[in-house]
Amino acid sequence: MTDSGKAAQEAGLSGGGPLVVLENVNKYFGELHVLKDIDLAIHRGEVVVVIGPSGGGKSTLCRAINRLEPIDGGTIRIDGRPLPVEGRALAELRADVGMVFQSFNLFAHKTILQNVTLGPTKVRKIGKAEAEQHAMELLERVGIASQAEKYPAQLSGGQQQRAAIARALAMRPKVMLFDEPTSALDPEMIKEVLDVMTNLAAEGMTMVVVTHEMGFARASANKVVFMADGQIVEENTPDDFFTNARSDRAKDFLSKILTH
Amino acid sequence: MNLHNLLDFAPVFDNMGKILSGFWATVRLSAAAGLFAMIIGTAVAGMRVSPVPVLRAAGTLYVNVFRNTPLTLILLFCGLGLRDTLGLWTHADASLSGYWLAVLGLSVYTGAFICESLRAGINTVPLGQAEAARSIGLTFPQSLRLVVLPQAFRTVIAPLGSVLIAMIKNTSVALVAGSLEAAAVMKQMFDDVGGTIPIFIGFAAGYMILTLPTGYFFGWLAKRMAVTR
Repeated sequence: MTDSGKAAQEAGLSGGGPLVVLENVNKYFGELHVLKDIDLAIHRGEVVVVIGPSGGGKSTLCRAINRLEPIDGGTIRIDGRPLPVEGRALAELRADVGMVFQSFNLFAHKTILQNVTLGPTKVRKIGKAEAEQHAMELLERVGIASQAEKYPAQLSGGQQQRAAIARALAMRPKVMLFDEPTSALDPEMIKEVLDVMTNLAAEGMTMVVVTHEMGFARASANKVVFMADGQIVEENTPDDFFTNARSDRAKDFLSKILTH
Repeated sequence: MNLHNLLDFAPVFDNMGKILSGFWATVRLSAAAGLFAMIIGTAVAGMRVSPVPVLRAAGTLYVNVFRNTPLTLILLFCGLGLRDTLGLWTHADASLSGYWLAVLGLSVYTGAFICESLRAGINTVPLGQAEAARSIGLTFPQSLRLVVLPQAFRTVIAPLGSVLIAMIKNTSVALVAGSLEAAAVMKQMFDDVGGTIPIFIGFAAGYMILTLPTGYFFGWLAKRMAVTR
């Protein structure tokens, strides 16, 4: 993390309590208990990487934070406010929470520029010219300004995911959620997306990242959350987690993924 | 009746003015009913996919009632029920009130079919599109209007064309609501000159002149507007 990033993070940390708080969160898919008594606090400027085996509840946790998955028990607060139920209040809260999906989910019938300006113009009610100017700055920042007039299907996966990050950033979110952002990408495209995310982390953005990219976790995370079977098994610093994990379940997981 | 009379096209050409004005009425009826049917169908489809249970139930009821009632019955109800019994839509000009009653009946009926075509289209839009729309803070009506419906419409342009072609042909029963159009002119000609094959052929050709280009237009539009994923 750069010095300016650290400074931004500390400035953020001093501005009140944690940005996202999950307390005793429970969630079922029918009989399946997918989130079990989850307690987690994410501070301003913090980058939390959630890792663990497939089916362990990582994505569900990430999606619960902006209520794409409603929870069955417990509370989730963002910036001190409990998540509203469906309706306008929830839409307003989601505007402050950026989300990046595994499958990009760019609006297929709109150009890249229109994808990025839709939220600012329709939700934030910002004028078209101003929204387009900001969108072009963001597209410049993620390195695809030259693709602005193309449609999503005309772009590579890596370009689409960078556009999706720009679309989320255009809302000037308080926190960004990444749900396995590189899992659907060809290997050579993973790096271009991770570079964007690493820069974002360095600039002090609060991030929750569900990923299998251990390199990113080591380099950019402030905290690693290891999830298995719907539970948070271990919360640790990246250095300690990768060299000296406390739980056997995490040691077992790491031995499988780090030794080949 | 001898063969010569059966194949005599003279009545068709002699009454061309009357026939054309009949088809012009068909065109006006189709245009208005098509427009209102699209509006009704889109609104009811929106209700049927909304998160509000009452709206969903109302939308389902609408489709079940109007898709399963014969059009003739609906149009008769418009004419005999709404106008003659309840005294609604009466107008000094009887043909004008007949026109609007027929537009009402046709669009209410066709709207149910448009709704179902559109709902099939909504189901082809990947769930991730709606999730992305919600996650940037769009409300449900906004995500429907700005993200889901524009993509749904593009996938069902061709089937919507079929619904509209069916509607154009369905205008031929508008007479029961008191609206005079091509089929009414045809019945009048049968009364005047007898039911000859040329009159059938003439009117069948008239309808095809309206429906064939409609079909080609929607086919062309479907190709042009296809969303690439």
